[in-house]
Amino acid sequence: MTEEQAKLRKQARRVLHRFGKKRGNLIPILQQVQGKLGYLPREAMLEVARFLDIPEVDVYSVVTFYNQFRLQPPGRHSIRVCLGTACHMKGGYITLDAWKRRLSIDRGQTTADREFDLDTVACVGCCVMAPVTVVDNKPQGKVEPTKVDGILLSFKLEKKKQ
Amino acid sequence: MKVIRRQSTVSAFQEIKKRAESQWQKLHGDKAVIMVGTATCGRAAGALEVLRAIKGELKKYQLGYSVVEVGCIGHCYAEPIVTIIKPGFPPICYGQVNPVIAQRLIREFILGDNPCLEFVLGAEEKNDLVPSFADFPRANFEKKVILKNCGHIDPEHIEHYIANGGYLALAKALQMRPEEIIARVKRSGLRGRGGAGFPTGGKWEICRNAKGKPKYLICNGDEGDPGAFMDRAILESDPHSVVEGMLIAGYAIGASSGYIYVRAEYPLAVRQTRLALRQARKLRLLGRNILGSDFSFNIKLFQGSGAFVCGEETALIASLEGKAGTPYYRPPYPAISGLYGKPTLINNVKTLAFIRHIIGNGGESFASIGTKGSKGTAVFALAGKVVNTGLAEVPMGTTLRQVIFDVGSGIKEGKRFKAVQIGGPSGGCLPESALDLPIDFDSLTDAGAMMGSGGMIVLDEDDCMVEIARYFLEFTQRESCGKCTFCRLGTKQMLQVLDEFTKGKGRIEDLDMLHQLAEDIKAGSLCGLGKTAPNPVLSTLRFFHDEYEAHIKEGRCPALMCRDLIAYYIIPEKCERTCDACVGTCTVEAISSHPTKRYKIIDQTKCVKCGTCLTSCPPQYSAVVKLSPPSLVPKK
Repeated sequence: MTEEQAKLRKQARRVLHRFGKKRGNLIPILQQVQGKLGYLPREAMLEVARFLDIPEVDVYSVVTFYNQFRLQPPGRHSIRVCLGTACHMKGGYITLDAWKRRLSIDRGQTTADREFDLDTVACVGCCVMAPVTVVDNKPQGKVEPTKVDGILLSFKLEKKKQ
Repeated sequence: MKVIRRQSTVSAFQEIKKRAESQWQKLHGDKAVIMVGTATCGRAAGALEVLRAIKGELKKYQLGYSVVEVGCIGHCYAEPIVTIIKPGFPPICYGQVNPVIAQRLIREFILGDNPCLEFVLGAEEKNDLVPSFADFPRANFEKKVILKNCGHIDPEHIEHYIANGGYLALAKALQMRPEEIIARVKRSGLRGRGGAGFPTGGKWEICRNAKGKPKYLICNGDEGDPGAFMDRAILESDPHSVVEGMLIAGYAIGASSGYIYVRAEYPLAVRQTRLALRQARKLRLLGRNILGSDFSFNIKLFQGSGAFVCGEETALIASLEGKAGTPYYRPPYPAISGLYGKPTLINNVKTLAFIRHIIGNGGESFASIGTKGSKGTAVFALAGKVVNTGLAEVPMGTTLRQVIFDVGSGIKEGKRFKAVQIGGPSGGCLPESALDLPIDFDSLTDAGAMMGSGGMIVLDEDDCMVEIARYFLEFTQRESCGKCTFCRLGTKQMLQVLDEFTKGKGRIEDLDMLHQLAEDIKAGSLCGLGKTAPNPVLSTLRFFHDEYEAHIKEGRCPALMCRDLIAYYIIPEKCERTCDACVGTCTVEAISSHPTKRYKIIDQTKCVKCGTCLTSCPPQYSAVVKLSPPSLVPKK
């Protein structure tokens, strides 16, 4: 086991001890582990399977079934483009294209410098502000291609300041 | 079994109520109260910045007024909303407030006596100074029952809820026999608000009579329909009403523990619900021996993980058990055999929020609202191309036209109404001819849509009906859990066909195949997702056949929406040659000036059809147009 792997396992274990060894706890456990690590690496899934005493493939099946779980490490900033009905009809797909173009990644991917990760979300329930993009967990309304550039610019300026 | 100390629950509650009321009185004493709507929609519009500005300004002038964070009052189009209650004035609501306006309100209204009428949205009470919400046309149609508290109380303070009549129904219910409660719910005629409309009282009775212990209660807050946000608003603005409904339901069916299943995409709803549970526990309204009775009940919060199918009750149970959310065959229904094989009652957030009104005011008063088959009120989330987007609670039997044109004030920018999409991916699109339909569970199903959970997306002349059908199918296809072959593969086939349509590559005989596939998928799927997935396609095929034909036969999108079938074009005669708005805003630098004549030209090979040039072209020129089919663009 490499040092990195051992570290991931240790971090996962730190979450596990708060839970009972019930299969029903699988999803809350995975949510907490992801909350801590940002994603669900193989090591963490193995650790969860051992803790609950269930086959490893069961953990993998649940992780890949639900949209919330990710297998890739996230970027520093998370970009979630809402593709609910209202957002779609007001051009959410155009906004998604704009993000893809500007970040040069597809949905579900992270930029090479690990600054941004891009994904879609089914609906965040802010339909009146359509089209919505959730930037770092904050829903932003009326995000059209020009606002995409604006948001990216503000990140750039912030980084320069630091 | 111990005998319930019958006298004590109401008197035990009186004490709690008295304390809560004195807190509420203190808040609404002789000083002004400033309320800021900070539900998710308010936050997206910048409510937190407004809140900060208000607090900063109060500090600057050293004013000790209370600032209260409230939920959503339903006028989402006007967010961020600030309500100021100042003695001597009616409670006034201000809409589209920004930090600068907020500062002005403090300086001029709180410090001075100028209510800044130019920013007023409406007053909450009738008065001689400003128009009140009751004077709005929509007030004639709205009837707030479960939305009554939303936006008026601080969801983070259980005392606000109690002072406004909360938990009284629970205290009353604990003095009733469970059978009496069920009889009352049955008399009310309440039907499940999750979409299917199963009679709630009947479901409770089945679960109460089911053998097996323990029994479970689940509140389904997995509001997965894109375009619906009623449950989010209720959980964020008035979470205790749901908790109280759960307690009463748990007592009625004889359950001792329950779950609230909330989508992880609603972080604020999760937070408010968790806080509400903690506060209820502290006041012993939740936990062991509630209000001194021998009824004990515990509620856990469970976060969904982003799977649409988990809104289906059997899939939801699978996910609570720690498995992938695939539905299983019913019967047995969960009320007989559900979570861990035990009798399980599953009700929607809104259904449970109605319970306290039914217990508090009696089943008959609820049954007096609504139509013959559908009682009570319905909550709709109005979104899309309607002027007043937001939440609306209207009695069942209100027509679609009243909801869209009177409550919603019609279509934005004076455009023409085309369709209304009801019921999310399971519902359908209804055209203008269906607008006078009274809304209830049965009439909508007959018309080819579905009540669903209550999302209502209004579409105008710029929305393509083929595209919306394709959108919903893309959604259901992605969210299909894969268990049933017809749902897994059939939706994929249908999506492929629709994809071709929106690219202008469809064939007319594909229409028959769509019909055939739709029937097969309906017949060959276990759960509601597959059974209703073809609805958006079938309803658009039925009401908007001409649009399908235009796509297939002419390669033209009549609504000018499908990107492969349109082109943006700048009319040289209209282009103001000194203006560079489109050049500056084009996100891919596809626009340039004509070398000699200086009007602007779009390079069609570079254009990504994002429409930014169209919005940036000043309205007095309106030189940018969309053309369909793209071959209409003149070659030089």
